[in-house]
Amino acid sequence: MAFSIDAAFIIKAIIILLIFAITLLIATYSTYAERKVAAFIQDRIGPNRAGPFGLLQPIADAVKMFFKEDFIPSHASKWLFILGPCLSMLTALMTSAVIPFGDSIKYEAAPGKVWDVAVQAIDVNIGILYVFGVVSLGVYGIMVGGWASNNKFSLLGAIRAASQNISYEISMGLAIVAILMMTGSLSIRHIVEQQHGGNWNIFYQPLGFVIFITCAFAECNRTPFDLPECETELIGGYHTEYSSMKLGFYLFAEYINMFVSSAMIASLYFGGYNYPGMDWVQAKLIAATGEITGHNLATLVGTLAFFGKSLFFVFFYMWVRWTLPRFRYDQLMNLGWKGLIPLAIVNVILTGGAILYLKPLVVSLLK
Amino acid sequence: MDFSTFINNLTPAAIFFYVLSFLTILCGLMVVLARNPIHSVLFLIGTFFCLSGHYVLLNAQFLAAVNIIVYAGAIMVLFLFVIMFLNLRQEDEESKTNLVKIAATIVGGTLGVIMVGVLRKSQFGSYNPYEFDSQVGMVESLGNVLYNDYLLPFELASVLFLIAMVGAVMLGRREAGDRHF
Repeated sequence: MAFSIDAAFIIKAIIILLIFAITLLIATYSTYAERKVAAFIQDRIGPNRAGPFGLLQPIADAVKMFFKEDFIPSHASKWLFILGPCLSMLTALMTSAVIPFGDSIKYEAAPGKVWDVAVQAIDVNIGILYVFGVVSLGVYGIMVGGWASNNKFSLLGAIRAASQNISYEISMGLAIVAILMMTGSLSIRHIVEQQHGGNWNIFYQPLGFVIFITCAFAECNRTPFDLPECETELIGGYHTEYSSMKLGFYLFAEYINMFVSSAMIASLYFGGYNYPGMDWVQAKLIAATGEITGHNLATLVGTLAFFGKSLFFVFFYMWVRWTLPRFRYDQLMNLGWKGLIPLAIVNVILTGGAILYLKPLVVSLLK
Repeated sequence: MDFSTFINNLTPAAIFFYVLSFLTILCGLMVVLARNPIHSVLFLIGTFFCLSGHYVLLNAQFLAAVNIIVYAGAIMVLFLFVIMFLNLRQEDEESKTNLVKIAATIVGGTLGVIMVGVLRKSQFGSYNPYEFDSQVGMVESLGNVLYNDYLLPFELASVLFLIAMVGAVMLGRREAGDRHF
């Protein structure tokens, strides 16, 4: 008995470590992909010197970051200056804990005794609120760093980041409320399970999806909403005074945020690890390789589908960045408060009406 | 019972509780003692974090998450925002005369005495750990209680928030021909 609990514990630990490693790896190679995508869109070649196709470029960048001089301005408040990038990195990495990356892994501890371990770090019944809470903390890294630099441009960047995050969090929350009304659960696993097969939320919530993805762009400080680091007005925004790996942490946190928000979009609106025909694949695999191996292989295929969707949205982030110009600050605020929030409220009302009146009608028609 | 047996007999939950309580009190004290207002705000955020940890220990996950989102995530960001604009870095000596200090000590001390007195007088009902429903703090039971037993107060509170919001918008509204920037 003690052994089998240990085995479940070890599988869980491996899953957590793998999720952590994969998140970091994807963020690392997003920096490479960003430059390749930029080069493709602008009809250039992109990084191709370090390794085949420039694949070692992220490692070269990391080494460069580490060996640069770590400079703390003498007028800066030292501990907060160090705390800023740490907070950014911490909040970026915390979010992936509740995202379901796959169905579950079965493990036979003893004959007739099968353990079922979910491919997810923790399944809390408030998962989506957890993500929302951590995302709302993400702005502290930028604010603390920007203020501690004691530089006017950094401070302006920090203040822009704060007002932008607060404004767009509201419509993001309202977009999620519509999803919660449909699923009746705050657990991301439940939300994903209800989109079994091709029954994805995007078909019921197209407006909510557009609102959510716009807010996700704003929360990640990505173009067209990268006002906090707007280089034409603010030099480098909140990280003007940063150098070496502290700057690296800020930039890296942005890529982690990008991946995590893409994973959130994939699980909330595009079915997570569900894909059309998944039952057929699972039945075939179980028939071919047996109950447990077949289930695990089907889980693996689902996880690959999930990563495929997530990586598509990472690509989408880059595509938009190299296509659209930056918004002006007043345009950003107008869009957030006068455009997206009323739209999100309309979406909530429409969803409520559809659940109350349209759904019974459709169900009775189908009968 | 000496100290080492006390430590050895602690359950994991008790260890978490003591560490969290220590951190909460430390952060709370630093909010008051820190000289720099920005440090005070950051310690206050730390206090909210530790309080959320206490909620998780009490199995009230919803309250923990909402505490983080509303207090640490939204209200404290606005605090930080305002303090950054005010630029209070140099000590403002005018507000620290002896009269102010004495008045603050008296007011704070009185409040402390009242709180201790209330705590001593109050009767905490005992509970039976075998009949206690561990799911009481979960979001489902909380929602049931809010929308069944306390529907009217809940809706009235939301109307109150709406009034406050409309009031804030009216105060911040730009007059015709008035430019702020």
